Amino acid sequence: MALGLSVIFGVVRVVNFAHGEMMALAMYLTLALFTALKLDPLVSLVPVAAALFVFGYLLQLALINPFINRPEHSQFMLLVAVALILVNLQLIVFGPDAQGVRTAYSFDSFQLGPLIVDAAKVYAAAAALIVAAALFAFFRFTLLGKAIRACADNYQGALVVGLDVKRLYALTFGIGAACVGAAGAMLMAIIDVTPAIGPAYTLLAFVIVITGGLGSMMGALLGGLLIGVTEALGGVLFVPSAKSMFAFGLLVLVLLFRPQGILGRKHL
Amino acid sequence: MDRRTFSRNMALVGAATALSPFGIVRAQAQKLKVGVLLPRSGVQAGIGQDCHRGVEVAAGILRELGYPALEIMSGDTESNVDVARARAERLISDGAQLLVGAFDSGQTTAIAQVAEQRGVPLIINVAAAPPITEQGYKFVFRNFPTAPVILRDAFANQLEIFSMTGQAPKTCVFMHVNDTFGVAMQKGFTGVMSKFTMPYKVVDTIAYDPAARDLSVEVAKAKASGAEALIMVSRLNDAILITRELVKQRWDPLAVLSMGPGWYEDQYLKTLGKLGDGPLSFVPWYDPNKKLTKQLEAAHHKAYPDINLNTNHVYTFEALLVAADAFKRAGSTDPKALADAIRATSIKDNVSPGPGIQFDAKGQNDKLKNSAIQNRGGKLVTVAPKDAANAKPEVPMRPYSKR
Repeated sequence: MALGLSVIFGVVRVVNFAHGEMMALAMYLTLALFTALKLDPLVSLVPVAAALFVFGYLLQLALINPFINRPEHSQFMLLVAVALILVNLQLIVFGPDAQGVRTAYSFDSFQLGPLIVDAAKVYAAAAALIVAAALFAFFRFTLLGKAIRACADNYQGALVVGLDVKRLYALTFGIGAACVGAAGAMLMAIIDVTPAIGPAYTLLAFVIVITGGLGSMMGALLGGLLIGVTEALGGVLFVPSAKSMFAFGLLVLVLLFRPQGILGRKHL
Repeated sequence: MDRRTFSRNMALVGAATALSPFGIVRAQAQKLKVGVLLPRSGVQAGIGQDCHRGVEVAAGILRELGYPALEIMSGDTESNVDVARARAERLISDGAQLLVGAFDSGQTTAIAQVAEQRGVPLIINVAAAPPITEQGYKFVFRNFPTAPVILRDAFANQLEIFSMTGQAPKTCVFMHVNDTFGVAMQKGFTGVMSKFTMPYKVVDTIAYDPAARDLSVEVAKAKASGAEALIMVSRLNDAILITRELVKQRWDPLAVLSMGPGWYEDQYLKTLGKLGDGPLSFVPWYDPNKKLTKQLEAAHHKAYPDINLNTNHVYTFEALLVAADAFKRAGSTDPKALADAIRATSIKDNVSPGPGIQFDAKGQNDKLKNSAIQNRGGKLVTVAPKDAANAKPEVPMRPYSKR
C-alpha cells in the first residue's frame, strides 16, 4: 500500500490523500468477489488490482491532471474531497457494519518454537513481496517503466524527447492504485472492512513512506518493515496502547535527522 | 347558505376551536421534537446503527401505550466527541426540544454540556462514565447504570456463576479499551473488586485503542501472563479482533468475562459463528419476564427478524419512553417543564431489570440492575441473576480448537 503512495508521489508529485479510502474500495471489491464467486482474497488480488488500475488511470486522467500545475493546497483539497466521496459512497452501498471473509486459513497459524505466526499474514507478506518484485522489475527492465522514471527524473526533459507525459502520469497513478488494490485484497484476508477504515491507513502509509523516503520504492518497503517492528516491540516491551507512539517517535527522529527519509533523495 | 357564508362560518368555527380553553389537548396534538444523537458512522457506526433500531421500533409501541407522538430528528456524531457537540448545537438550533443519546460516554459528556448550557433536557440512552451525572446538571438524565454499578453487579453475578458451575479461574488478565468508558471501568475495577471475595487475582492489565487495526501484540502479552481467564471491557470491532487472535494464538481461556459491549452483539455472533459461543457478558440487559419486554421483543422481531434484542435497543427505546411519558405529563414542549416532568418520572411498566424508571436528585436511575448473559449457539441466554435467568451457565468455555 505504501509502495503505491510512494510510486504516485515519486512520479506524479501528487500526494494521494484518498489512498486509504481507495484501499477500502479494494477491500469491498474483494469482499464482493468472495461473496459472489467464493474467490479467495489472494486469488482476487489480480482482478481487484486490475480494477483499481482502471480506477486510478481514469481518476488521474479526468480529475487530477487538470490540477497538476495548480498550487499544492488545491491538489490536497481535491484528493480529500475524493476521499470523502469514497467513504460516504461505501457507507451508502455497504453500510457501517464491519464485514469480513472467512477462508480455510483464516484462523490458521504456524508454530515456530515459542513463536506463533498468523498464517494469513505470512501468505499476505509473501504476496506483497511478489508484487513489490514485479513492480521493481517493471520500472527497471521495461521501456514503459523507463519512460515513467524519465518523467519522474525530469519533467521538462520528458516533454522535450516527446513522451506523452499526461498518459504516463495516468499510467503511474493506475499502477499506484493497482498496488493499493493488491494491498486491499491481501488485507481482506487479515482484517474486516468498514467504510471508516481508510483514514487510519492513509495516515499509516504516510508515516511509512515519509520514514522510508517519499518517492523511493525501496524506502517504502524499508519504512514498512521499520514501522511494523517498532510498533510490535513498543507494544510488547512497553504499553500496547502506546505502540503507535513509538512509530510516530521514529518518524519524528527521521524528520529531525534525515528529513528526506532514510532512502529518500534530497531535492536541490 | 351560499358559499361565502359557509366559508365565513367555517372560519369562525376554526378560530373558536383554536382559542378554546383546551390548551393541554392542543399541546398534545403537536409533536415533541426529539433530537436523537448516535454514532451512526465512524468506528462505532455498527453500535450506533444498532441503537437506532430501538428508535425505529419505539414509535409503534409508544402509540399502542397511548403516548403522544414524537418527531425524531436524527444526528450522526460520527463517533467523534467534537462532532457530537456540534451536532447537539445544530439539532437544538433546528428546533429539537429534547435530546436523546449518545451511546459513548465521551460523546455524551460533550452533548450533556451543550444540553445544560442551552437548557434542553438530555435523556442518556447508553453511557456509563459516572461524572456525567455528578456535575450538578439540571437538564441531564440517565436511565443506564454507571460503571461502578455495572462492575458491582458483574462481580456479584460472577460469584453466582462460579458457585453454580463449581469452576472458577485463579488468575485473570484485564484488557480494556482506553476510551472514556474503558478508563472509567478500569478506574472503578480494583475498588469495586476489593468489596467482593473473588476467587482470582488480576495478574496484568492491558489497555488498548478501540480503533486498533491489529490486537495481536495485546493478546500475545495477555497470553504470556499465564492467566486462566480474560476479563474484558471492549467495543465491537476489537471484541471480534481479540477472539480471532485467541484462536490464532491457540489460547483457550477458562472463561471470557466481558463487562461491556461487543461480545454479545449480533455482529459479533454473525461474524464469528461457532467461535462466538462461550463468552459471558455482565451487562445492563432486559428482564425477559416483564410485559413490556414481550411487547418490545415482538415489535423488534417483526422489524428485524434476524437480530436479537439487546442492550442498545432496550435502553434507546426506554430513553424515548421516558421522553414520551414526560411530554404527556408536562403537556408542553417547554424545556423546563419537560425537565421537571422527567425528574418526576415513575414508570413501573418498563423493560430493563429492576423496579422501573425513576431518577434521583442527580438525574440518575439508581435502581437499575444488571444481568449475566452467555452466547450459546448464536443466541443469547440469561444465566444470572438466578431469578431472571433462563439457562444455566457453561464454564469452562469449550476450547476453540475443539469446535
